[in-house]
Amino acid sequence: MESIKDKVAIVGMGCTQFGELWDKDADDLVVEASYEAFEDAGVGPKDIQAAWIGTMGRYTGMTLSTPLQLPYIPVTRVENACCSGQEALRNACYAVAAKVYDLVLAVGVEKLKDEGFGGLPPQYSADKWHPVYGAHRTAPGMYALAATRYFHRYGLSREEGKRLLAQISVKSHHNGARNPKAHLRREITVEQALNAPIIAWPLGLFDCCGVTDGASAAILCRVEDAKKFRSDYAVIKGFGISAGPGMGKERTDYDFTHWEESYQAAIQAYQQAGIKNPRKEIDMVECHDCFSIAELICVESIEVCPRGGAKQDIDNNEWSQNGEIPVNLSGGLKSFGHPIGASGCREVYEIYKQLQGKAEEPSRQLKSIRLGLAHNQGGHPGKFVCGVAIIGAA
Amino acid sequence: MNGIVSYGAYVPIYRLSRELIGKEWGTVPGRGEVAIASYDEDSLTMAVEAVLDCLKGFDHRQVDALYFASTTSPYREKQCASIIAAVADLRRDVYTADFGNSLRAGANALKAALDALSSGSAKQVLVVAADCRLPAPDSELEGNLGDGASAILLGSSDTIANIEGSYSVFSESMDVWRREQDHYPQTWEDRFTATGYVQAVQQAGSGLLRKHNLTAKDFGKLVCNGNARRQVDAASKLGFDTKTQLQDSMFDNLGDTGAAYGLMILVAALESAKAGDRILFLDYGDGCDAYLLHVTELVSKLGARRGVKRHLTSKMMLPSYGKYLRFRDMLEWQIERRPADRSALTVLERDRRWILPLMGLKCKSCGGIQYPVMGRGRVCTWCQVKDNMEEIKFSDKKGILFTYSMDERAMEVDLPNVLSVVDLEGGGRYFGQMTDRDPAKIEVGMPVELTFRKMHEGSGIINYSWKVRPVRG
Repeated sequence: MESIKDKVAIVGMGCTQFGELWDKDADDLVVEASYEAFEDAGVGPKDIQAAWIGTMGRYTGMTLSTPLQLPYIPVTRVENACCSGQEALRNACYAVAAKVYDLVLAVGVEKLKDEGFGGLPPQYSADKWHPVYGAHRTAPGMYALAATRYFHRYGLSREEGKRLLAQISVKSHHNGARNPKAHLRREITVEQALNAPIIAWPLGLFDCCGVTDGASAAILCRVEDAKKFRSDYAVIKGFGISAGPGMGKERTDYDFTHWEESYQAAIQAYQQAGIKNPRKEIDMVECHDCFSIAELICVESIEVCPRGGAKQDIDNNEWSQNGEIPVNLSGGLKSFGHPIGASGCREVYEIYKQLQGKAEEPSRQLKSIRLGLAHNQGGHPGKFVCGVAIIGAA
Repeated sequence: MNGIVSYGAYVPIYRLSRELIGKEWGTVPGRGEVAIASYDEDSLTMAVEAVLDCLKGFDHRQVDALYFASTTSPYREKQCASIIAAVADLRRDVYTADFGNSLRAGANALKAALDALSSGSAKQVLVVAADCRLPAPDSELEGNLGDGASAILLGSSDTIANIEGSYSVFSESMDVWRREQDHYPQTWEDRFTATGYVQAVQQAGSGLLRKHNLTAKDFGKLVCNGNARRQVDAASKLGFDTKTQLQDSMFDNLGDTGAAYGLMILVAALESAKAGDRILFLDYGDGCDAYLLHVTELVSKLGARRGVKRHLTSKMMLPSYGKYLRFRDMLEWQIERRPADRSALTVLERDRRWILPLMGLKCKSCGGIQYPVMGRGRVCTWCQVKDNMEEIKFSDKKGILFTYSMDERAMEVDLPNVLSVVDLEGGGRYFGQMTDRDPAKIEVGMPVELTFRKMHEGSGIINYSWKVRPVRG
């Protein structure tokens, strides 16, 4: 088994404005993200030999080929729930590594705000495929199960637990507020977070990401060809994915406070990338923080912080821009936004721009960065599929 | 001799105070309260609760027939006794039948059960009656009607009360009725219907006394359905001492539970009966059935069950009339933008053992227990051995709340929707909604139990399954 390390490069990326984009369809979003990536790489749609589109709500490769009017090339729609964006990238990456294609496009897109109500359309968030066992579950309701148990396991009172999560959200909003393409761009205080209406106890309004429209795109080729396009390309160092057996809510040994799928995907990626000490070797983490608790447990599960150690890190601001390891500097899914199929690709966009020193707002730019980690997961605690990508500088 | 082998009952946890009703409509408030089925309950789910209460300590595989009596069967066309039998995991060759259309349906089923025992076609028959009638808002009935269920297991041996005789009269008189298109029951002036009540009860009671050459003095208790005024009138006409011999009809703290009412009062009487007591049971509705019961010494040996008494003391008051309207779906609400619930009969059919009697699976290779709805349990989640499972019943287990969340935005009537992960005694974990709970009192580690409920009515099907609730007193 060969590692994917240093075989594939990203030579162009694009990302739309994220938000409630009432005047834009999924087709618009695909066009805008893809054309930004084309321009970034200095290529055109006719140069693309194959493409992957990650989305949960739309079907077939024509989700991509129709808006872009691609000329009869292979296009595959992939879906891994909220992990669909990274799954599109991963498939594109491995196809290039196999040398079947030389230049490919990966896009993630989701258009959510055509529903007429707040919150996720139910088909995105619940186990809708079972008539009674899946009834009336929602994404916040499921993630909140992990928060309750985390508080219990680590002896945090309700108030202490809520305050810990609020600190995460304050940081996410701080980061999002400075990121021009982010959906939620308002700073909040801990008190605002604590006093916000409850969505699914213990998660309040500011513990939850918004419902967002958006798309992100990447153009990939083999590393040896990357210089033809640019000198500051990014390189895939590791790419892991783990689909769990999904029985956490039915197995008495599942604890909810540690996500094994995240751990397993991270271990795959670390082994490929040759990373021994992720906290020391990785310079930034973009993780799947659809909820504040998701960021906390993710960072512990991918061994960037010891289990149960998040409180100390958060109290010391270690996950902030100037901390030991910045987490969700983009604002994360929480504030940048979470268009389901787009997020996995969008996380890599943030790392790509940071590696190039091209963060849109200069105050957001990290000073020294060599390696970034993108963590993207679908499902809910006890039932996840999770991807982890390690991206490095050229 | 044929008689009662066991009994059980169910009273929903919610109560609507008559004071709240009076306050809502600006009318003189009545005394006490009525029991109100939660939004996720109906006559079928209440019947299941009563049946499981009744079968505590008894072998459910010995039951030969199950009769369900109700004027509010959740289906106009579809037998509910069969669903109840499946939930209670009765034998497949059990005879099932529904009795309806009359407030005497419970007693009708009792008579049919006794006849089945006498004929030898069954050795044990389970009669369950439940009702959940919807009174018109701001009507006299609104303060009268309550919801509840009662179950009686009848057999020819090991009886706690022998049924020594019966006598019936019918009455074609219009009293309470609902036409096909009626939402609410209709009645005539109370002074007129009371006359019919007293007449029928007196006829049936005196007929039975005459037949057995007994007088009122031979009885410990008189059990009859109806409000206090009517009861007292009929009882005194039969020669009973209404102060000492009349079993409390629980009108003040339960309400008139329709077809289940008489059998619930009977259960309450049996709960305090002593060996040797005679009970006269009169069940009124389109006439009256009279039964002569003789309590045996086994009555004190019946194992602990919730019955009527314990269910009545375990209660939560509905905080507002608005909540009651929500529970009963009595108004036209704003249009729901979220997609409606859906269901699939094929899935319900495939998974029926896991949904109705709530069976889990136990691996014969490693002993690991799992609830199999997600993944179907073909491959053991613990040891990955394929197709080597046996069923293990989850529904009668208590459990401990491992974690939970309280969703304020779920598409549910009674928010918050409390998602609950429960570790069951003896192994197995169940993930479900918590009902009959006070959100302020939920905490990790609290003891919970399972309860059969209506999940939603997607695709025009009443989709039943199991929820969890804090252990009831």
